[in-house]
Amino acid sequence: MRILIIGCGKVGTALAEQLDREGHDIIVIDNKASAIHNVIDTLDVLGVVGNGASYHVLQEAGIETTDILIAVTNSDELNMLCCLIAKKASKCHTIARIRNPQYNEEIDFIKEELGISMTINPELESALEMARLIRLPSAIKIETFAKGKVELLKCQIPKDSILNNMQIKNIATKTHCKVLVCAVERGDDIFIPAGDFLLQSSDKISIIAMQKHAPEFFTKIGLPPSHIKDIMIVGGGMIASYIGSRFAGTDVTVKIIEQNKERCEELSSHLPDSLIIHANGTDNNVLIEEGIDTTDAFASLTNLDEENILLSLYAQKRCKAKIFTKITRLTFDDIIRDMNLGVILNPKLLTADRIIRYVRAKQNSLGSNVETLYKLVGNKVEAMEFRVKSNASFVGIPLQQLRTKENTLVGCINRNGKIIIPNGQDTIQVGDTVIIVTTSFGLDDLRDIFE
Amino acid sequence: MNKSIILHVIGWILTIEALFMALPGIVAMIYQEKSGYSFLITMMVCLLIGVPLIIMKPKSHIFFAKEGFISVALGWIVLSIMGAMPFYLSGEIPSYVDALFEVISGFTTTGSSILSDVEALSYCMLFWRSFTHWIGGMGILVFILAIMPMAGGETMHIMRAESPGPSVEKIVPRMRSTASLLYIIYFAMTVIQIILLLAGGMPLFDSLTITFGTAGTGGFAIKNSSLADYTSYQQNVTTIFMFLFGVNFNIYYLILFKKAKVAFKSEELRAYFLIVITAIILIALNLGGIKNFFPSIHHAAFQVSSIITTTGYATVDFNHWPTFSKTILVWIMFIGACAGSTGGGLKVSRIVILFKTICKEMSYLVHKRSIKIIKFDGKKIEHETMRSINVFFVSYILIFAVSVLIVSLDNFDFTSSFTAVAATINNVGPGLEVVGPIGNFGGFSILSKFVMMFDMLCGRLEVFPMLLLFNPKNWKK
Repeated sequence: MRILIIGCGKVGTALAEQLDREGHDIIVIDNKASAIHNVIDTLDVLGVVGNGASYHVLQEAGIETTDILIAVTNSDELNMLCCLIAKKASKCHTIARIRNPQYNEEIDFIKEELGISMTINPELESALEMARLIRLPSAIKIETFAKGKVELLKCQIPKDSILNNMQIKNIATKTHCKVLVCAVERGDDIFIPAGDFLLQSSDKISIIAMQKHAPEFFTKIGLPPSHIKDIMIVGGGMIASYIGSRFAGTDVTVKIIEQNKERCEELSSHLPDSLIIHANGTDNNVLIEEGIDTTDAFASLTNLDEENILLSLYAQKRCKAKIFTKITRLTFDDIIRDMNLGVILNPKLLTADRIIRYVRAKQNSLGSNVETLYKLVGNKVEAMEFRVKSNASFVGIPLQQLRTKENTLVGCINRNGKIIIPNGQDTIQVGDTVIIVTTSFGLDDLRDIFE
Repeated sequence: MNKSIILHVIGWILTIEALFMALPGIVAMIYQEKSGYSFLITMMVCLLIGVPLIIMKPKSHIFFAKEGFISVALGWIVLSIMGAMPFYLSGEIPSYVDALFEVISGFTTTGSSILSDVEALSYCMLFWRSFTHWIGGMGILVFILAIMPMAGGETMHIMRAESPGPSVEKIVPRMRSTASLLYIIYFAMTVIQIILLLAGGMPLFDSLTITFGTAGTGGFAIKNSSLADYTSYQQNVTTIFMFLFGVNFNIYYLILFKKAKVAFKSEELRAYFLIVITAIILIALNLGGIKNFFPSIHHAAFQVSSIITTTGYATVDFNHWPTFSKTILVWIMFIGACAGSTGGGLKVSRIVILFKTICKEMSYLVHKRSIKIIKFDGKKIEHETMRSINVFFVSYILIFAVSVLIVSLDNFDFTSSFTAVAATINNVGPGLEVVGPIGNFGGFSILSKFVMMFDMLCGRLEVFPMLLLFNPKNWKK
């Protein structure tokens, strides 16, 4: 595909690098010639110097034949303008980075009116990632798909779990939880389990579940529930603010340590449930006084990577809390990964990652009936979204009476925005969106799946 | 420096060269010439060295500007060393240094020859001689970029080192597609010229070799009289195509796939056109006066087109032209063709930018506080580009001066020494006096020949790859 990236900052460069490796034709636009030179010297991409919101510059970059435009300059307004103009000039899909929380509240309106296919807020995305892991610390990985409505959780079955030696079809009756096991990793093998599949302890299972059911299911199968009741955050930036509002009204208390008095007041008025401390978070006495030794989770989210690394290393030494470290730079990542900093939150990388996933989904769905396609579980499993358009032979028949292809299952059904985790009695109706999980690649129609 | 990846690139160059040598091999079979065996032997040698180098995986894939420059410079030298083998092995050019001179002159699209009697060569040798122009014109590494799976931005370093012009730009995002597109345009134009020449009654072998020489803006002809013996239709076709191959190939891409309007707005194209027209008119007036203006236009046009694009074909012995006309020819040798074409010289865009710098400097001298941005094609010229053009110009002149000094040791007259170096460093071919259109370079000493070989490579690769290659600092660990 031909992809236009506006803004050659860290995110733009990371995107260009990854998408170039995946074989797309990349054109980068930036108004700084030096930024363009850095990119075209290291990557096989075309560079255009100019203002990405200018119709003339977009034309020079070949907007007419562009499939996707990604606007990741550091200004929200410019990003939106780029997308708007590009949309008027061609039929491309547009992606914008919009990080101002005020816009975020009206994001659906903006997307609709400006015709933007996808918006991404790096800080919100990081906060959501962090919140997910606080809610379910025992999950190995949490992925969301179907526009964030469905979660795919990966966990390892503990020893002495009731799941040990249990057939998949019995899970619902034994645990009273509506979850669907859609992939099982045993050693190097990956199975898409049928109803009679026998689970064993230390299998890594990927389950599809509604958000509210997942913690219950985890407790039932013997995974420790979330013990996190106190979160201590150093650095009152956007992520801290999102975390604060995310856990407002729950039994989780959020404590934010921020140096800037005005920001503290701002946070306090915005987050009445959170405890805002006006102090220098890099002073270890302050940290001890505020209870770093007893907190359940500690997040260093200041604007300086070095400071965050030091804070997290300190926390690691003092307490047993789950640690989160925000890292913004993309260099030296191998060293940072070795440093025992707990969960690393990289808003820029996360942004690039989400956009790349969108691009892949778009590309994979080209020329087939697949609406979107995701690669899961180390790219060995595909989850595909199909829309049921016409009255096909499988419509209205309970799933247990349908014979599906080997290693394929119906993961979930989206009926007018309502998510159904299907069991044998559920049926597929016209107008549903169905998510199919499979290890056999290259399917492009629902008919191929039901024999 | 990452030597393993440079060797890998060299491996590709040798293998591709072996494939290219199959063509003169076929010519030898058609004309049943024994000298064809020399191609077979050289091909074997190329493949024996090249294929293992490709198969041997490079230890590291680090490829920066330095590796780009060195592999291009070294690649061209290896290419020439192997390309000279058939001439030497077959005994048609008895001295290896002469063979090397001839083939470097071929690959760099110069067209200076050490042969006094071209017609004595066998058909396959004549074919190979002209075909080296075609390979060297667009560049063998650009050809390799079009077919070799090479990842990432390293390809840009190769392209930049091999392609002529102050700033090298891709025309489409992928280097591979850019390289393929360039070769497709190149190939298509070549085919059109061959067809037009055939239509004018030229024999197939002549049309092929003349076209190769035109396309690469080389200038090796297969007759001692260069192009003088062909009909004026055939000469006119060559005039037009020489001019066309001297245009930046990006322009053709714009005309073909986008808007011709943008293409014709190109400042370089306009300047190129203006220089050519002015030179033709001045020479025609000088040759024939106002009375015989129109009859003299034919030869003036051919010669201007031939010299400014640094091809070097001749329809008349311009050595006997008036001094004014000869001087114009020598100066347009230095101007050269457009950037991104197959021609040599300083390039029109550099001249235009240098000219604009002079204007800027004059205004700066009067108004100390004035700020003036130099624009080219409506775009600001970055300081970096400016600086590299200035440095390029200075080093070009410096190399030229030192070369003339060394060549003058042979004690030819000044015009001969001066134009011999001018013709080689600008990749033109013929100079004046001894090295004029009917003369040759055979009389120079071995030292002078090596200096001129270096100059030809300097001219084709635009100086810096060669200087970097011979800078011992780059070879230290």
